Amino acid sequence: MTSPIGCGEAVRRLWEFLDGGLDQRDQRQVEEHLAWCLRCCGEVAFARELRGLLRTRTGIMLPDDVRDRMERFIEHLGDGTEERGRP
Amino acid sequence: MGPMVGALSSSDRAALRQLARTELPRLYALARRLGGVDPEDLVQECLLRACRSFGSLRDLQAGPRWLTTILTNTWRDWLRKELREPDEVPVEEDGPFSLYHVIEEEDPFPYSDTLHVDVLGAFSEHDVREVLQRVPPRYRVALVLRYIEGYSAAEVAEMLERPPGTVMSQLHRARQRFEQEMWRYAGESGLLVGAAAGERSVRGEVGS
Repeated sequence: MTSPIGCGEAVRRLWEFLDGGLDQRDQRQVEEHLAWCLRCCGEVAFARELRGLLRTRTGIMLPDDVRDRMERFIEHLGDGTEERGRP
Repeated sequence: MGPMVGALSSSDRAALRQLARTELPRLYALARRLGGVDPEDLVQECLLRACRSFGSLRDLQAGPRWLTTILTNTWRDWLRKELREPDEVPVEEDGPFSLYHVIEEEDPFPYSDTLHVDVLGAFSEHDVREVLQRVPPRYRVALVLRYIEGYSAAEVAEMLERPPGTVMSQLHRARQRFEQEMWRYAGESGLLVGAAAGERSVRGEVGS
Protein backbone atom coordinates (compact mmCIF):
# COMPACT_ATOMS: atom_id res chain seq x y z
CA MET A 1 0.00 0.00 0.00
CA THR A 2 1.36 3.39 -0.99
CA SER A 3 0.41 6.75 0.48
CA PRO A 4 -3.06 7.77 -0.78
CA ILE A 5 -3.56 10.57 -3.31
CA GLY A 6 -6.59 12.83 -3.87
CA CYS A 7 -8.72 13.22 -6.98
CA GLY A 8 -6.78 16.30 -8.18
CA GLU A 9 -3.49 14.40 -8.23
CA ALA A 10 -5.08 11.27 -9.73
CA VAL A 11 -6.65 13.30 -12.54
CA ARG A 12 -3.39 15.12 -13.20
CA ARG A 13 -1.64 11.79 -13.77
CA LEU A 14 -4.48 10.17 -15.69
CA TRP A 15 -3.22 10.38 -19.26
CA GLU A 16 0.25 9.20 -18.38
CA PHE A 17 -1.37 6.45 -16.31
CA LEU A 18 -3.29 5.27 -19.37
CA ASP A 19 -0.10 5.27 -21.40
CA GLY A 20 1.83 3.39 -18.72
CA GLY A 21 4.17 6.38 -18.59
CA LEU A 22 4.26 6.68 -14.80
CA ASP A 23 6.90 5.17 -12.57
CA GLN A 24 5.85 2.16 -10.52
CA ARG A 25 5.02 4.08 -7.33
CA ASP A 26 2.91 6.74 -9.12
CA GLN A 27 1.15 4.07 -11.20
CA ARG A 28 0.30 2.13 -8.05
CA GLN A 29 -1.01 5.25 -6.30
CA VAL A 30 -3.40 5.96 -9.18
CA GLU A 31 -4.53 2.32 -9.28
CA GLU A 32 -5.27 2.37 -5.55
CA HIS A 33 -7.17 5.63 -5.90
CA LEU A 34 -9.26 4.24 -8.77
CA ALA A 35 -10.08 1.12 -6.75
CA TRP A 36 -12.43 3.15 -4.56
CA CYS A 37 -13.12 6.45 -6.38
CA LEU A 38 -16.00 6.01 -8.84
CA ARG A 39 -15.82 9.66 -9.86
CA CYS A 40 -12.26 9.24 -11.12
CA CYS A 41 -13.18 5.97 -12.88
CA GLY A 42 -15.50 8.06 -15.04
CA GLU A 43 -12.62 10.44 -15.69
CA VAL A 44 -10.42 7.54 -16.79
CA ALA A 45 -12.96 6.34 -19.34
CA PHE A 46 -13.41 9.89 -20.62
CA ALA A 47 -9.65 10.54 -20.80
CA ARG A 48 -9.31 7.34 -22.85
CA GLU A 49 -12.00 8.52 -25.29
CA LEU A 50 -10.51 12.00 -25.51
CA ARG A 51 -7.03 10.67 -26.20
CA GLY A 52 -8.48 8.42 -28.91
CA LEU A 53 -10.29 11.38 -30.46
CA LEU A 54 -7.06 13.37 -30.61
CA ARG A 55 -5.34 10.51 -32.38
CA THR A 56 -8.10 9.49 -34.78
CA ARG A 57 -9.84 12.76 -35.64
CA THR A 58 -6.88 14.86 -36.66
CA GLY A 59 -6.16 13.03 -39.92
CA ILE A 60 -4.62 15.10 -42.70
CA MET A 61 -4.22 13.91 -46.27
CA LEU A 62 -1.40 15.05 -48.52
CA PRO A 63 -3.08 16.96 -51.40
CA ASP A 64 -2.12 15.76 -54.90
CA ASP A 65 -0.77 19.15 -56.01
CA VAL A 66 1.46 19.37 -52.92
CA ARG A 67 2.64 15.80 -53.49
CA ASP A 68 3.56 16.62 -57.11
CA ARG A 69 5.51 19.74 -56.14
CA MET A 70 7.26 17.99 -53.27
CA GLU A 71 8.18 15.00 -55.46
CA ARG A 72 9.89 17.40 -57.88
CA PHE A 73 11.65 19.07 -54.98
CA ILE A 74 12.83 15.71 -53.60
CA GLU A 75 14.12 14.68 -57.04
CA HIS A 76 16.80 17.37 -56.70
CA LEU A 77 17.42 16.93 -53.00
CA GLY A 78 21.10 16.50 -52.26
CA ASP A 79 22.49 17.39 -55.69
CA GLY A 80 23.20 20.98 -54.64
CA THR A 81 20.70 22.51 -57.06
CA GLU A 82 17.56 22.29 -54.98
CA GLU A 83 15.97 25.49 -53.84
CA ARG A 84 12.94 26.36 -51.82
CA GLY A 85 9.85 27.83 -53.33
CA ARG A 86 7.17 26.86 -55.78
CA PRO A 87 6.96 27.23 -59.53
CA MET B 1 35.97 26.40 -54.88
CA GLY B 2 34.44 24.29 -52.06
CA PRO B 3 31.74 21.67 -52.49
CA MET B 4 28.21 22.86 -53.13
CA VAL B 5 26.11 23.30 -50.01
CA GLY B 6 23.73 20.39 -49.76
CA ALA B 7 25.56 18.18 -52.28
CA LEU B 8 25.69 14.55 -51.13
CA SER B 9 27.35 11.40 -52.41
CA SER B 10 25.13 9.42 -54.76
CA SER B 11 24.38 6.68 -52.20
CA ASP B 12 23.53 9.22 -49.47
CA ARG B 13 21.43 11.16 -51.96
CA ALA B 14 19.45 8.06 -52.88
CA ALA B 15 18.96 7.14 -49.21
CA LEU B 16 17.80 10.62 -48.26
CA ARG B 17 15.41 10.89 -51.21
CA GLN B 18 13.93 7.49 -50.40
CA LEU B 19 13.48 8.49 -46.76
CA ALA B 20 11.94 11.83 -47.75
CA ARG B 21 9.46 10.20 -50.16
CA THR B 22 8.39 7.64 -47.57
CA GLU B 23 8.00 10.20 -44.81
CA LEU B 24 6.44 12.96 -46.92
CA PRO B 25 2.75 12.37 -46.01
CA ARG B 26 3.58 12.14 -42.31
CA LEU B 27 5.83 15.22 -42.36
CA TYR B 28 3.18 17.24 -44.19
CA ALA B 29 0.50 16.18 -41.68
CA LEU B 30 2.85 17.01 -38.80
CA ALA B 31 3.54 20.45 -40.30
CA ARG B 32 -0.20 21.11 -40.65
CA ARG B 33 -0.90 20.02 -37.09
CA LEU B 34 1.90 22.13 -35.64
CA GLY B 35 0.30 25.00 -37.57
CA GLY B 36 1.04 28.71 -37.76
CA VAL B 37 3.28 28.44 -40.84
CA ASP B 38 2.94 27.31 -44.45
CA PRO B 39 3.22 23.50 -44.14
CA GLU B 40 4.78 23.02 -47.57
CA ASP B 41 7.49 25.59 -46.84
CA LEU B 42 8.15 23.97 -43.49
CA VAL B 43 8.59 20.50 -45.01
CA GLN B 44 10.91 21.87 -47.71
CA GLU B 45 13.06 23.68 -45.15
CA CYS B 46 13.11 20.55 -42.99
CA LEU B 47 14.38 18.48 -45.93
CA LEU B 48 17.03 21.08 -46.82
CA ARG B 49 18.29 21.02 -43.23
CA ALA B 50 18.18 17.22 -43.28
CA CYS B 51 20.30 17.31 -46.42
CA ARG B 52 22.88 19.57 -44.77
CA SER B 53 23.17 17.34 -41.70
CA PHE B 54 22.64 13.95 -43.33
CA GLY B 55 26.08 12.87 -42.12
CA SER B 56 24.83 13.04 -38.53
CA LEU B 57 22.26 10.31 -39.21
CA ARG B 58 24.11 7.09 -38.41
CA ASP B 59 21.21 4.68 -38.58
CA LEU B 60 18.60 4.99 -41.36
CA GLN B 61 16.09 3.23 -39.11
CA ALA B 62 16.18 6.35 -36.93
CA GLY B 63 15.40 8.49 -40.00
CA PRO B 64 11.69 9.13 -39.30
CA ARG B 65 12.33 10.37 -35.77
CA TRP B 66 15.37 12.34 -36.94
CA LEU B 67 13.20 14.13 -39.53
CA THR B 68 10.49 14.77 -36.92
CA THR B 69 13.08 16.45 -34.70
CA ILE B 70 14.40 18.58 -37.58
CA LEU B 71 10.90 19.63 -38.65
CA THR B 72 9.89 20.47 -35.08
CA ASN B 73 13.05 22.50 -34.48
CA THR B 74 12.59 24.37 -37.75
CA TRP B 75 9.02 25.16 -36.75
CA ARG B 76 10.24 26.39 -33.35
CA ASP B 77 12.82 28.60 -35.05
CA TRP B 78 10.14 30.11 -37.27
CA LEU B 79 7.68 30.61 -34.43
CA ARG B 80 10.20 31.83 -31.86
CA LYS B 81 8.23 35.02 -31.19
CA GLU B 82 4.84 33.31 -30.79
CA LEU B 83 6.35 30.62 -28.56
CA ARG B 84 7.54 33.32 -26.15
CA GLU B 85 4.15 35.02 -25.86
CA PRO B 86 2.50 34.54 -22.46
CA ASP B 87 -0.62 32.39 -22.34
CA GLU B 88 -3.64 34.67 -21.99
CA VAL B 89 -5.59 32.03 -20.10
CA PRO B 90 -4.60 32.03 -16.43
CA VAL B 91 -3.22 28.79 -15.08
CA GLU B 92 -5.80 26.89 -13.06
CA GLU B 93 -7.03 29.83 -11.07
CA ASP B 94 -10.07 27.86 -9.94
CA GLY B 95 -8.33 24.50 -9.74
CA PRO B 96 -7.71 22.17 -12.69
CA PHE B 97 -10.18 22.42 -15.57
CA SER B 98 -11.98 19.14 -16.14
CA LEU B 99 -14.04 18.81 -19.31
CA TYR B 100 -15.51 15.66 -17.83
CA HIS B 101 -16.98 17.61 -14.90
CA VAL B 102 -18.04 20.60 -16.98
CA ILE B 103 -20.02 18.28 -19.27
CA GLU B 104 -21.60 16.66 -16.24
CA GLU B 105 -22.56 20.02 -14.74
CA GLU B 106 -23.79 21.64 -17.95
CA ASP B 107 -25.49 18.46 -19.20
CA PRO B 108 -25.88 19.50 -22.87
CA PHE B 109 -27.74 16.27 -23.78
CA PRO B 110 -30.31 15.91 -20.98
CA TYR B 111 -31.82 12.75 -22.45
CA SER B 112 -28.56 10.95 -23.06
CA ASP B 113 -27.43 7.89 -21.16
CA THR B 114 -23.98 8.27 -22.66
CA LEU B 115 -23.51 11.99 -22.12
CA HIS B 116 -19.72 12.25 -22.34
CA VAL B 117 -19.39 10.01 -25.38
CA ASP B 118 -22.16 11.94 -27.15
CA VAL B 119 -20.42 15.26 -26.52
CA LEU B 120 -17.18 13.94 -28.00
CA GLY B 121 -19.15 12.45 -30.88
CA ALA B 122 -20.42 15.92 -31.82
CA PHE B 123 -16.87 16.93 -32.84
CA SER B 124 -16.04 16.21 -36.47
CA GLU B 125 -12.48 15.79 -37.73
CA HIS B 126 -12.60 19.42 -38.86
CA ASP B 127 -13.69 20.54 -35.39
CA VAL B 128 -10.92 18.64 -33.61
CA ARG B 129 -8.30 20.08 -35.98
CA GLU B 130 -9.69 23.58 -35.32
CA VAL B 131 -9.57 23.06 -31.56
CA LEU B 132 -5.98 21.86 -31.80
CA GLN B 133 -5.02 25.08 -33.59
CA ARG B 134 -6.54 27.14 -30.77
CA VAL B 135 -4.15 25.62 -28.25
CA PRO B 136 -1.12 27.94 -27.90
CA PRO B 137 1.87 26.70 -29.97
CA ARG B 138 4.10 25.87 -27.02
CA TYR B 139 1.49 23.43 -25.67
CA ARG B 140 0.28 22.29 -29.09
CA VAL B 141 3.70 20.94 -30.00
CA ALA B 142 3.74 18.73 -26.89
CA LEU B 143 0.22 17.43 -27.61
CA VAL B 144 1.03 16.67 -31.23
CA LEU B 145 4.31 14.87 -30.55
CA ARG B 146 3.02 12.91 -27.57
CA TYR B 147 -0.56 12.02 -28.42
CA ILE B 148 -0.76 12.16 -32.21
CA GLU B 149 2.76 11.19 -33.27
CA GLY B 150 2.94 8.78 -30.32
CA TYR B 151 6.41 9.57 -28.97
CA SER B 152 7.01 8.88 -25.28
CA ALA B 153 7.30 11.81 -22.89
CA ALA B 154 11.04 11.11 -22.60
CA GLU B 155 11.43 11.20 -26.40
CA VAL B 156 9.47 14.47 -26.59
CA ALA B 157 11.77 15.93 -23.93
CA GLU B 158 14.77 14.93 -26.01
CA MET B 159 13.28 16.37 -29.21
CA LEU B 160 12.37 19.68 -27.57
CA GLU B 161 15.66 19.76 -25.61
CA ARG B 162 13.76 20.24 -22.35
CA PRO B 163 14.09 18.42 -19.00
CA PRO B 164 11.54 15.56 -18.72
CA GLY B 165 9.86 17.26 -15.74
CA THR B 166 9.29 20.43 -17.77
CA VAL B 167 7.73 18.39 -20.59
CA MET B 168 5.46 16.58 -18.14
CA SER B 169 4.15 19.95 -16.85
CA GLN B 170 3.86 21.21 -20.43
CA LEU B 171 1.80 18.12 -21.32
CA HIS B 172 -0.45 18.56 -18.32
CA ARG B 173 -1.08 22.18 -19.22
CA ALA B 174 -1.52 21.21 -22.89
CA ARG B 175 -4.25 18.69 -22.05
CA GLN B 176 -6.02 21.24 -19.89
CA ARG B 177 -5.87 23.84 -22.64
CA PHE B 178 -7.13 21.33 -25.19
CA GLU B 179 -10.12 20.49 -22.97
CA GLN B 180 -10.82 24.19 -22.31
CA GLU B 181 -10.64 24.99 -26.00
CA MET B 182 -12.95 22.09 -26.84
CA TRP B 183 -15.58 23.47 -24.53
CA ARG B 184 -15.10 27.02 -25.74
CA TYR B 185 -15.23 25.92 -29.39
CA ALA B 186 -18.39 23.88 -28.77
CA GLY B 187 -20.03 26.98 -27.28
CA GLU B 188 -18.92 29.36 -30.03
CA SER B 189 -19.84 27.07 -32.89
CA GLY B 190 -23.14 25.94 -31.40
CA LEU B 191 -21.95 22.36 -31.71
CA LEU B 192 -23.83 21.07 -28.69
CA VAL B 193 -26.81 23.43 -28.84
CA GLY B 194 -27.66 22.25 -32.33
CA ALA B 195 -27.19 18.62 -31.44
CA ALA B 196 -29.26 18.94 -28.26
CA ALA B 197 -31.99 20.71 -30.21
CA GLY B 198 -31.84 17.87 -32.73
CA GLU B 199 -32.19 15.37 -29.94
CA ARG B 200 -35.25 17.22 -28.61
CA SER B 201 -36.64 17.53 -32.10
CA VAL B 202 -36.40 13.78 -32.59
CA ARG B 203 -38.44 13.42 -29.43
CA GLY B 204 -41.02 15.90 -30.71
CA GLU B 205 -40.28 18.51 -28.10
CA VAL B 206 -39.22 21.38 -30.38
CA GLY B 207 -41.95 23.70 -31.53
CA SER B 208 -44.62 21.61 -29.87
